[in-house]
This record gives sequence, C-alpha cells and structure tokens, in this order.
Amino acid sequence: MPYKLKKEKEPPKLAKGTAKPSSSSKDGGGESTDEAQSQPQPQPQPQPQPQPPSSNKRPSNSTPPPTQLSKIKYSGGPQIVKKERRQSSSRFNLSKNRELQKLPALKDSPTQEREELFIQKLRQCCVLFDFVSDPLSDLKFKEVKRAGLNEMVEYITHSRDVVTEAIYPEAVTMFSVNLFRTLPPSSNPTGAEFDPEEDEPTLEAAWPHLQLVYEFFLRFLESPDFQPNIAKKYIDQKFVLALLDLFDSEDPRERDFLKTILHRIYGKFLGLRAYIRRQINHIFYRFIYETEHHNGIAELLEILGSIINGFALPLKEEHKMFLIRVLLPLHKVKSLSVYHPQLAYCVVQFLEKESSLTEPVIVGLLKFWPKTHSPKEVMFLNELEEILDVIEPSEFSKVMEPLFRQLAKCVSSPHFQVAERALYYWNNEYIMSLISDNAARVLPIMFPALYRNSKSHWNKTIHGLIYNALKLFMEMNQKLFDDCTQQYKAEKQKGRFRMKEREEMWQKIEELARLNPQYPMFRAPPPLPPVYSMETETPTAEDIQLLKRTVETEAVQMLKDIKKEKVLLRRKSELPQDVYTIKALEAHKRAEEFLTASQEAL
Amino acid sequence: MAGAAGPGTGPGAARGDGDDSLYPIAVLIDELRNEDVQLRLNSIKKLSTIALALGVERTRTELLPFLTDTIYDEDEVLLALAEQLGNFTGLVGGPDFAHCLLPPLESLATVEETVVRDKAVESLRQISQEHTPVALEAHFVPLVKRLASGDWFTSRTSACGLFSVCYPRASNAVKAEIRQHFRSLCSDDTPMVRRAAASKLGEFAKVLELDSVKSEIVPLFTNLASDEQDSVRLLAVEACVSIAQLLSQDDLEALVMPTLRQAAEDKSWRVRYMVADKFSELQKAVGPKITLNDLIPAFQNLLKDCEAEVRAAAAHKVKELCENLPTEGRETIIMNQILPFIKELVSDTNQHVKSALASVIMGLSTILGKENTIEHLLPLFLAQLKDECPEVRLNIISNLDCVNEVIGIRQLSQSLLPAIVELAEDAKWRVRLAIIEYMPLLAGQLGVEFFDEKLNSLCMAWLVDHVYAIREAATSNLMKLVQKFGTEWAQNTIVPKVLVMANDPNYLHRMTTLFCINALSEACGQEITTKQMLPIVLKMAGDQVANVRFNVAKSLQKIGPILDTDALQEEVKPVLQKLGQDEDMDVKYFAQEAISVLALA
Repeated sequence: MPYKLKKEKEPPKLAKGTAKPSSSSKDGGGESTDEAQSQPQPQPQPQPQPQPPSSNKRPSNSTPPPTQLSKIKYSGGPQIVKKERRQSSSRFNLSKNRELQKLPALKDSPTQEREELFIQKLRQCCVLFDFVSDPLSDLKFKEVKRAGLNEMVEYITHSRDVVTEAIYPEAVTMFSVNLFRTLPPSSNPTGAEFDPEEDEPTLEAAWPHLQLVYEFFLRFLESPDFQPNIAKKYIDQKFVLALLDLFDSEDPRERDFLKTILHRIYGKFLGLRAYIRRQINHIFYRFIYETEHHNGIAELLEILGSIINGFALPLKEEHKMFLIRVLLPLHKVKSLSVYHPQLAYCVVQFLEKESSLTEPVIVGLLKFWPKTHSPKEVMFLNELEEILDVIEPSEFSKVMEPLFRQLAKCVSSPHFQVAERALYYWNNEYIMSLISDNAARVLPIMFPALYRNSKSHWNKTIHGLIYNALKLFMEMNQKLFDDCTQQYKAEKQKGRFRMKEREEMWQKIEELARLNPQYPMFRAPPPLPPVYSMETETPTAEDIQLLKRTVETEAVQMLKDIKKEKVLLRRKSELPQDVYTIKALEAHKRAEEFLTASQEAL
Repeated sequence: MAGAAGPGTGPGAARGDGDDSLYPIAVLIDELRNEDVQLRLNSIKKLSTIALALGVERTRTELLPFLTDTIYDEDEVLLALAEQLGNFTGLVGGPDFAHCLLPPLESLATVEETVVRDKAVESLRQISQEHTPVALEAHFVPLVKRLASGDWFTSRTSACGLFSVCYPRASNAVKAEIRQHFRSLCSDDTPMVRRAAASKLGEFAKVLELDSVKSEIVPLFTNLASDEQDSVRLLAVEACVSIAQLLSQDDLEALVMPTLRQAAEDKSWRVRYMVADKFSELQKAVGPKITLNDLIPAFQNLLKDCEAEVRAAAAHKVKELCENLPTEGRETIIMNQILPFIKELVSDTNQHVKSALASVIMGLSTILGKENTIEHLLPLFLAQLKDECPEVRLNIISNLDCVNEVIGIRQLSQSLLPAIVELAEDAKWRVRLAIIEYMPLLAGQLGVEFFDEKLNSLCMAWLVDHVYAIREAATSNLMKLVQKFGTEWAQNTIVPKVLVMANDPNYLHRMTTLFCINALSEACGQEITTKQMLPIVLKMAGDQVANVRFNVAKSLQKIGPILDTDALQEEVKPVLQKLGQDEDMDVKYFAQEAISVLALA
C-alpha cells in the first residue's frame, strides 16, 4: 500500500503553509516549480502524485535537486530524424596507428600477469578514433577498445586488490587522453537567441567510448582499494581544471558523469577542495559578467549544493562572500530558468545554516529583481517564498518594508501569472502569521496595490485572489484596515500635489543654474516627462463600504476556485524534435540520483 | 518617503530661511530617496543642472563628497552617474580640480556590474586627459595603483584599462612602477583579470618605449599566449597585431613569430578562429616577407581546419589576403598556393563555409585578370551558382558586379538564369526578397533584351506574391527598372500589365496596381500618368472594398503634383469630393487629407 505510506510521510514543511497551490511542485522531489509550469505534458520524472516510494524519491531537502537530463520536454510535436545528426566531437589529433590487437581476457590470465595486462589494456584504450567524419572507419578496432573498456569496468568493480600503485598513473592518463579536449563549437545559436529549453543539445559522437571511459574512472574512484594519497600525485590542480572545462559540454549525459566524478574528487581529496571552489567561482564570474553562456551551471550548482550542505558552523567568511558575490548575481543571468532549482536550493541551504544572512540575501534578490522578464519574476517569487518559509521573525522585520514594496508591485503586475504567484503568498500560513505580527507596517504598503487592482486588473482570477487577500487583512485588524482605506484616500490627493511640488523644485534649480555663467556650455537635458497616474478618482465612502461587501462575497468564491488546483502552463511552440537525441537521452543511466553532502573538514 | 528629510536639510527648510545655496543638494538627496527608480534616474541625469546651480566650489565640497559616500543604488542609476561624471571637469572648476572627480569614479570602477564599471573606466580615461602632469602623478596614478592592487577582481579588471592613458605623461620612476603593476596583472590568479590585461596589452604596448616593449611586453605576450585558458590565449592574438607593428622584421621573427605560429595551430579552435578572423590585420602588421614564409602556410591550414567555424572565418579573408599580397608574384602565389584550397572549399560539407567563400570569391577575378578568371574561377562560380544552399547562390549573385568588370556577365548568363529563377521561386520569402533586390543590378548588366526575354515575367509574378513584403519590394523594383530602361520601355512592357491588375478579383492585387502607380508615376512622367494611369485610378474609386477606395485617395494625393491643373480640377477633385462623403470613416479621412494637401478645397 504505497499510497498510504506516502501520505503519512508528507514532508514536514507543509505543516507551515497548507494548501499552497505551488507546493505540489515545491516538494515534489527534483521538480522545480518552474519546470512544472513549463511542461505541457506529464513526463517520467518524480511526481507528487501517488507513486511507490521508490529509490528516486528525494528525502525532504537533504540533497540538492538533480539537474534534469533533458530540458526539453517531449511535447507531442512531430518527431523527425534530422539529416544532420546532432552530434559532434572536436578531435584535433586522431591517433596515427589505430590498429588494436585483441588482448587476452584478464580473468583468463594468471594472477601474477594480471597487473601487466591491465596496464596494457589501459594503454590500448589511449588510442582515439574518428566518430564524426567517418563513423564507419576502424569498426573492428573500435570494437576492441569498447570490449576492453567494458571488461575493465567489470574487472575493477568486482575484483579486489587490483588498483595497485602502478595502475594510478595509467588510469589517469587514459582518462585524460580520452576526455580532455577542446569542446566543439555549439551548433545552437549563441547569445540572446539561445533558448536552453528549446534548442536541442548536440550529443557527443564518441559517446560509445567516452561513456565507458567515464564509467571506468568512476568505478576506479569508488573502488574500496582506491587511496587518495597515492592518487593525488596524478589527480592534481591541472587535472581538476581540465575536468571543470568539460562541464561546458552540450551533452547532458557527459555532464551527468562529470558531476558525479567531481563530487567524488571533492569528497576524497581534501587538498583540492579550496582550489575546486575557487575555479568554479571563476566559471561563474565569466558566465555572469562575460559570456552568459555555459552549459553546466546547473550541475556545478548541484555539486555546490551538496558542499554547502556539509559546511560546518559557524560559516567561514569565504563562504558568506560566495553567497553574496556569486550566488546572488547568478540570479541576473537571462537563462536563470535552466539552473534556478539548484540555485534556490543553495541559497536556502545557506539561510538554514545561518539566519543572519537573510537580510543581505533578500536585499540582493530585490536588487536583481527582473524588470521585464515575467517567467523569471515568477521564479524569484518561488524562491522568495522558499526563503520566507525558513525565515526567522526577527529577520523578517528587518526586510519586510522593501520586500512588501516589491510584492505590491508584483501584485499590480499586468502579467497575471506574476500577480497570481505573488497573491498565493496569502495562502501560506507562516507568511500570514509574519504579516499579522507586523501588520501595522505591512498593511499600509500592500493596501494601495490591492485596492487599486481589485478594480482595475484585467484578469478575473486576480480579482478573486485580491479579494481573498483583502479579506484576510480585514480580519487581521479591522481598525487598521479602515485606517489604511482613509490614508489611501488622503495619499491620492497628496500625490498630485507632490508631483506639482517636485516640478516646482526642479524649476527653481533650473533657475539657479541659469545664473551660472557656464550654463550655456552645459546644455540642459530635456525636461522630465511628467509622471501620469492612470487613475483619477479617489474612493468615496460608498466605495469603501462596497469594497468590504465585495470582499466578503468574492473571497468565498475564490477559496472554492483555489481548490481546483490550477497548473500554470507556459505554452511553448511544438518544435520538431530529433528522435535520436530523445532516445539517446532516455537511455542514459545516472550514476547516482542525488548528491550527498560533502562534510567540510574542520 | 519623500519629504521625510531631516530638519534643516529638506527643501522646505532651505526655502524657508532664504538661504538657497544648498537647496539643490537637498532636493537631490530627497529625490534619490524616492522609491521610483525612474525618478532617481531622472535626478541623476540632471546632475549637471544641480552642479551649475551650486557653483564650482559647492559642487566640489558638498555634491561630490555626497555622491562618493552615499551612493548605493541600482546599476541603472550608477551607470548614469558614471557617464555624467566624465563630463564634469568644467563643473568642478576646470583641469586644476579634475582630480576631485576621482573618488566617486574610483568606487564606481569597483562595482560588480560590468556595464557600470566599463563606463566608469571610460569616464576616468576621459578625465585623465584633463589632468595636469603634476595632478596626474599626485592623484590619478595612485588611483590606478590602488585599483590594480584591489582585493576584488573587479577593481583589478578596471585598472587594466587605465595604464595606457597615464603612462605617456608620467615621469620615468612612475613609469617603471606602472609597468610593474601591469606585469603583475598579466599573471593574476583570476582569469577575468588576465583577460582584461590581455585585451589591453596591445594598447599598452603602443605607448611604451621600444626597449620596454621588447624586454617586458614580449614576455608578457608570450605568457598570455600560452595561458591555460583559451579565452586568454585568443586575446593575445589581438595584441599580436599591435605589437607586431612596433617591431623591426628581425625582432618580429625572433620575438613574436614563434608564438604566432603556435597560435595558428593551437589545440583550441577558438584561438585558431581568432587567428583566421584577424588574418588581414596580422598580414599587414608582419609585412610581405613573413607573410610569404609563415602566414600563407598557416592560412592553408586554417582553410582546411577540422572545425567549420575556423574554415568559414578563413574563407571570409581570402579576398583581402590576396589583395594585400605584393603585386609582384601575386598571381603565381594565388594560383599555386591559395586556389587549390579554395577549390576544395567550394564543395565543403558546411554551408556556412561555402557561403562565406561565395561572399568574397568573386572579388578574386579583378586580382587574377580575365584569362585566369575564365579558366579557373568561372567553374567555381558556376558550381556555387548550383549549390543546394540558397545563401551561397545569393552571395554569388550579389557580387556579380566584380566579375562583370573583368569578363562581362554574359559568360555566366547561361547558368545564371536557372539560378535566378530558382531563387525567385524559393519557398522562403526572405530568399525571394533578397533576389528582388539584385534585379535592377542584373537588369543593368544583362541588358534590356535579355531582361525582357527571361526576367520580366518573374518581376511581374512577384507583384501577385502572397507575401506583402514581396509585393512591396516588387513595386519598388519596377520603379528602379523604369529608371534604368526609360519611359518608353515602361509604357510598352510594364504599364499595361500593371493596369490589367486593376480588374483582378482579388482586392489585394487591385491595391497592388495602386501601389505600382504610386511608385511609377514620377519615373513615367506627366503624360503617361495622366493618359494611362489616372483613368484607372479614378475608376477604382468605385471599388466595393473600402481599403481599395482609401488607397485611391492616397494615390491621388501622391500623383496629384505630377498632373496638370486641368486634370486636377476636372477629374481628380470631383472623385475626391465623392470619396470625402464615403460611408467608411477611413476613406473619408484620406480623401479629405488628399483634398487639403492638393489644395482642392
């Protein structure tokens, strides 16, 4: 009876905010809310729906959300086989002599000769083949290499005491020769035209070999005989740097392996940890400030999520800087949607470790708040709610004013998904309790936005949600609600007066400036465009009575509506998709579903 | 909240006690506190007005310290501030006080957002020129040093752009220090800083003494060109152009060429791409001798590189490379060392490579002369005219004029025609649009007979294309053809066909007639317009579709000035008056507009 079991194991977080329309996606394993909204059809990822509590269910939030292999959801669009296969590989140097001799099997050879044979096989696998310009070349020798790799994967997994000292340099060399390469140019458009959710990745043509090389190396690292002390001579800074370069690979299968491998290296080589973190930062800086293009941000953040998870308390200054100077600016990049679940996870991890970081984080989010990109704004609202779920009341009171000024803007957004997402906060009991404790400061900020849009917003659903929010405010503090209404009226009148006052102020400065003999040299900028307000009338007493009555009726209506649990869909065009790519990605087996925390050494 | 400024600083207070001297700054403080970014931005954009109102002294003592200490705002506001301060020297009292502007710009040069930082650096560079040599050493150079040794990479990155502006005017001791700082940035731990340094290396080399270039810049260049990050290495290629211009041939050979050769064979395609992309600049910088010995072989390799990106970049440079070869022996070099590789590229697997080649290959004909063109290039042109990719064909057609000068276009006409016809009927309307644009050129080169025989029908077919953009382009194409072939030709071949369309059952086609008349009337002159076109236009005023009717009004307005007064008064005016009473609002509007423009009221 997996159904029952699941129910009892409801994530504890839900206790705070019940019936959150977005919670389905929030606690739904590796799913991000954004993904849930943008996928037109259900797909075989962890779903909040009844499901046997199988291995790939993430236990609460102790591990970072795994990056999805395919950003593109198969949307029912036409499947095609593209003429040009979406594969490439940048091989500047193919091996000259590619004729491989099949060597005897390891298990058939005498024990004392096995090490030597193992080394021979590793060296044989350093020969590189052409998979792109002539895929049918050297078929026989390619098969020798493939079989050899396969055999070694088995061998290193199932035999003990085979990772001897002589094997280390050979294994690392074999890995480096096969994998460390300049990645080929992207076949997809770069810059603003690139849409990570729609453009299909180019797959690595040499994958039949590379996959086995990755698999072998992972087994090598995970072997019980593996000794980091010996390996550190070969797995050094240079190695790590080359490994990190590969994260820009377009092939998600490759990045998936890289992620697990780097995670293992981080776990086993204490001496490399600071270096790895620093180099990852460099990748992020380049991504944020120079290129805005990198394929592996989500995977890197996933690793960092597991690292942050293991940070010891109190947090080091270096780690706090990382949060403020790297993680927060990552929010401003265009392609945020690709890595947002992992980024939000990292941020929330930090705040759970140290609540005093809440203020700088929220100030940072507000600084980077999207101005025109609505889907991104929805992501920010998701993340903000996750933060508010873990916020300390004392921290809340520090940031609530700028925070609710932003929320007031979101509620007024003409994009209904933004307004809707912001209004869902009113269904979160914990947030409501925080507001209630600080009503005197929050209400005056929120009220004008709610009141104005209760009449003027174009979308009906928003009206219902707004009335719901107003009703909650009314119930919270009837007296304050009335005051706000009165104040709103007064403010409206003062607003126009103030605008006039401002004009006069600048006029006066302009006059003073004219007295300066230099004035003609600095041509004055054109006069400011006057700021017009769309609305002209102020609410009358009847209006307010009417408001209260409508609030009662409409809010009830709205509670019913909310139960219907709407899933927001972002409609994307149905592009033809390459069958080969879909199949290849579906066939990929993850080495590990979730990254566990890497405990920080003290 | 606005108006919440403390006592004595608020605008109200300043106004109250009659002391106006600090009033502007109080307003600014107040405005910068506003919630609305747009308002804050507007205030910053009026910073010069505030400074004027304050006068130079108060700007220095009150405004600038305020800006330095208290500015924390959105990047948009900071960007505006950084830009304003670059033009502020006059407002703080001239060059003697230019250094007062350094503190706020220094902190702007360290912010995280690249756009703000770059703007601050730009303003600093501007201001540096206004410093006296003494002030430069006393204020500007220390600022550069501070930035260069900042903790955070942003300040070190900004510093890289400031060395070259202060170096030439510094004393020798300071110069040595500046070079020292630049050196250490070139080997900075952070790749962002090394990239910034590499991108300024060429600029810095240009202001250095030749000895220092050889002893200091060259080693830096060599190091950066073998950096572990390809993003750094490729920037060194750019620097190579500037450095090469400074050195003698012998020094060049000994100090720079080994590195350049290595870059052309770098394992990263991005570096090789950069070499291909900068090839003409490199060629000019190293001179003819090294070009022949080194660059030509390197270029051959780039033309057959394994990455299509690199081949395409190299293909783009083929013509320039050939042009820039020394005239003596040029033909032989091209024929023996370049042309064989070009032949390969014509059948490249990648369409971008072929299309890059097609955009320049025609230019070779002027360099190689008539015989070589006919014997060697023509087959390539013909092959590209038959390429499966429309872009390749288009690129060939768009450069026909180069060949025309050398061998005349008729050599090509047999192959040209099928290519044109196919492009003219391409399923993508953008391709059709592109070929229309070349019609007047082709018509001019092929002559009127060939045109009437083969291409005229195409031009007419475009008039009824189902894409508006094509119909529109087709009308303006007709106008250009008439300008080329004259009115008689127009009267015989074009005008009748256009006018027949006035009776088409499709109203869009009827409108096309009007658009054509708009375009052609001027080129055709008064007689044709009055006798042949006007009657048709007037007849169409009775069309049942309102869109046609208001376009009649628009057309009449357009052709009115060409007609004589009689025609205007007797024929046009009554029709416009009738349209002015039309039941449709738009028809009425345009009819009345035409009446008033033509002064028929």
